[in-house]
Amino acid sequence: MTPETLAELIPGGADLEIAAAADGFTEIRVDRSRLIEVLRTLRDHPQLDCNLLLDICGVDYPDREHRFEAVYHLTSLATANRFRVTVPLAEDEPHLPSAYGLWKASDWFEREAWDLMGISFDGHPNLKRILTHEAFQGHALRKDYDPEKRWILTEAETMVPDWVDEESEDGDHFETQILNLGPSHPATHGTLRIVVRLDGEVITRAETEIGYLHRCFEKMSETHGWNEVIPYTDRLNYCSAMNNGVGYALTVERMLGIEAPPRAQVVRLILSEFSRLMDHAVCLGANLVDLGALTNFWYFFQPREEIYSLLEACAGGRLTVSYTRIGGLAHDVPQDFSERVRRLLEYIPKFIDDVDRLVTRNRIFRDRTEGVGVISAAEAVAWGWTGPCLRASGVPFDLRRELPYLGYENYEFDVPIATAGDCYARYLVRLEEMRQSLRIIRQAIERLPDGPVITDNHHVALPPKDKVYSEMEALIWHFKLIYEGIKVPAGAAYAATEGANGELGFYIVSDGSGHPYRVKVRPPCFAIFQAYPHMLEGHLVSDAVAILGSLNIIAGELDR
Amino acid sequence: MPQKDGSSALLTTRLETMLAWTRKNSLWPLPFGTACCAIEFMSTVSSHYDLARFGAEVVRFSPRQSDVMIVAGTITDKMAPVVKRIYDQMMEPKYVISMGACACTGGFYRAYHVVQGVDEFIPVDVYVPGCPPTPEALIEGVLKLQTLIQTRQTQYDLQAAKGGWR
Repeated sequence: MTPETLAELIPGGADLEIAAAADGFTEIRVDRSRLIEVLRTLRDHPQLDCNLLLDICGVDYPDREHRFEAVYHLTSLATANRFRVTVPLAEDEPHLPSAYGLWKASDWFEREAWDLMGISFDGHPNLKRILTHEAFQGHALRKDYDPEKRWILTEAETMVPDWVDEESEDGDHFETQILNLGPSHPATHGTLRIVVRLDGEVITRAETEIGYLHRCFEKMSETHGWNEVIPYTDRLNYCSAMNNGVGYALTVERMLGIEAPPRAQVVRLILSEFSRLMDHAVCLGANLVDLGALTNFWYFFQPREEIYSLLEACAGGRLTVSYTRIGGLAHDVPQDFSERVRRLLEYIPKFIDDVDRLVTRNRIFRDRTEGVGVISAAEAVAWGWTGPCLRASGVPFDLRRELPYLGYENYEFDVPIATAGDCYARYLVRLEEMRQSLRIIRQAIERLPDGPVITDNHHVALPPKDKVYSEMEALIWHFKLIYEGIKVPAGAAYAATEGANGELGFYIVSDGSGHPYRVKVRPPCFAIFQAYPHMLEGHLVSDAVAILGSLNIIAGELDR
Repeated sequence: MPQKDGSSALLTTRLETMLAWTRKNSLWPLPFGTACCAIEFMSTVSSHYDLARFGAEVVRFSPRQSDVMIVAGTITDKMAPVVKRIYDQMMEPKYVISMGACACTGGFYRAYHVVQGVDEFIPVDVYVPGCPPTPEALIEGVLKLQTLIQTRQTQYDLQAAKGGWR
């Protein structure tokens, strides 16, 4: 959408600073007094229809007159138009009105901005720390915060929800009790914590606590070079590490205005699809284990091991591959890559079919999942859901279709959707997506071109080693890249890829130096998991486990 | 008691040696999995690598039922009190394997919210390097622990020899 059209659509839009950003966003700069009014117009105007809030984050510019900047990313599911709203904030009053009344999705994103950047949101229902712990002092992502400064938490200080001691509304219910799940509990798959109040076995209230795996990804990115961030991205969603690296590299490449060579793009696409398949396999396998169906977990682990072997042959690592580089790949794939991929394409479908036959029409499984954890399409969008969980509620939104990258527009594949929005629907969508991933790989491996796997732009990628030893110019490029790193032009960009859980976005700010100024990840899990406590009310404890498994929450990505 | 072929089936040994021998071959791990390493731990106990071959496949999530805590993944300052508490709840003798760079040293997260090695607050017997370690490396770690148990050189044994556990 052009800035001129947007200025006409927003009342008083002529006074706003509106510009078209290079990353495809229409950028609106607005004062905090007009923020809610502008956001509401973006949401409600029929031509704008921004129903999905992607992300809220803060950026710290200590040298500017207005030290902080709050950044909102919005999109319309109908038109795929994307908008960025920025609000400058002075250092002595870093607060602005909460958008919780417009999108429920802003709940946790605002809490995160408060926790890490110290920007407060007036009217937020529950503004407290979310990722760091209770004894933490200061705001870690401010530029004047020392990255190594730790605060020690003692057991006495750990979070207890304030409603724990409240009298239950209904005095007759003598069976009311508080139950704590996690953060070390087999059903929470890692490090989530859920506190529920039970009436008999029915959950009447729930609260979640996250941040037990907050590894300071964003702060670490600011202290490392552009390529050195890639190993950190692998550890976001470690079940599909390749996808994160690709998403990050695509964002930086967009900022640099370069593209990876065709061979690198196809290899990235093939390995990303394999990673998506593995991620779904872990999610379904673990979900089924929680429901008592252990066999499927083993069934899914065998193809995973085979894919790991392929990744190991390409990258050297099994799980955290660090295979992507800005401008391409670390090195070429092994000679027998095509044969191995073809072998896998024949090998894997059997395992998917086996699970399908064992589970899909299984009466016990269906009784445990059908009608459990239902979320309507409108609710899911309001909470900021994307990916398979959103598609299971009937919204056919897939970035590989809407905003294709890596040449996805040239491949034939279906975007599976379900309409029920329950745990069973999410299972069905993931199972079918695994088949579609194989379908994409089948087409891609036939088109794998020859050629280099990394760009020949030596501002970005090292020249080949033999040239470094024989040509003066190559030696200089090598020296400059090693000592100074890649210089990404100053500016900001947001780019997103379809991760295994949904829209995985990177909002990156560069100040033109050899390392990122600010990297904000938009993790799909984060938006999904904030709806979880609200979905639990009225369900049984055992359903809570089934719902959690079906959402596929990966702590590395959730907490970063 | 004499056997059919006339030989004797009597074996003499020291009580501690026999106890250590029984302990090392039936380790029940408590996987304290938080991150990427937990996925590799899952691979290690799954069909392909099959930790059962070394007598350590009975994974228990209850600290009361387990012998060895495998700390698999980054431990943050927020998680530290939980790790400590679960360790304290384990029955003696108890052992700890620190799996992966993060659990050993904090790894490349030299940061404001990450514990720089779990040995800051619990004794560790075996450090398994890698980010994450391959399943082979973890198996090697379990075998190392078995040797330590057999030779009675675990942190637990060393403390006991000094006149008491803590």
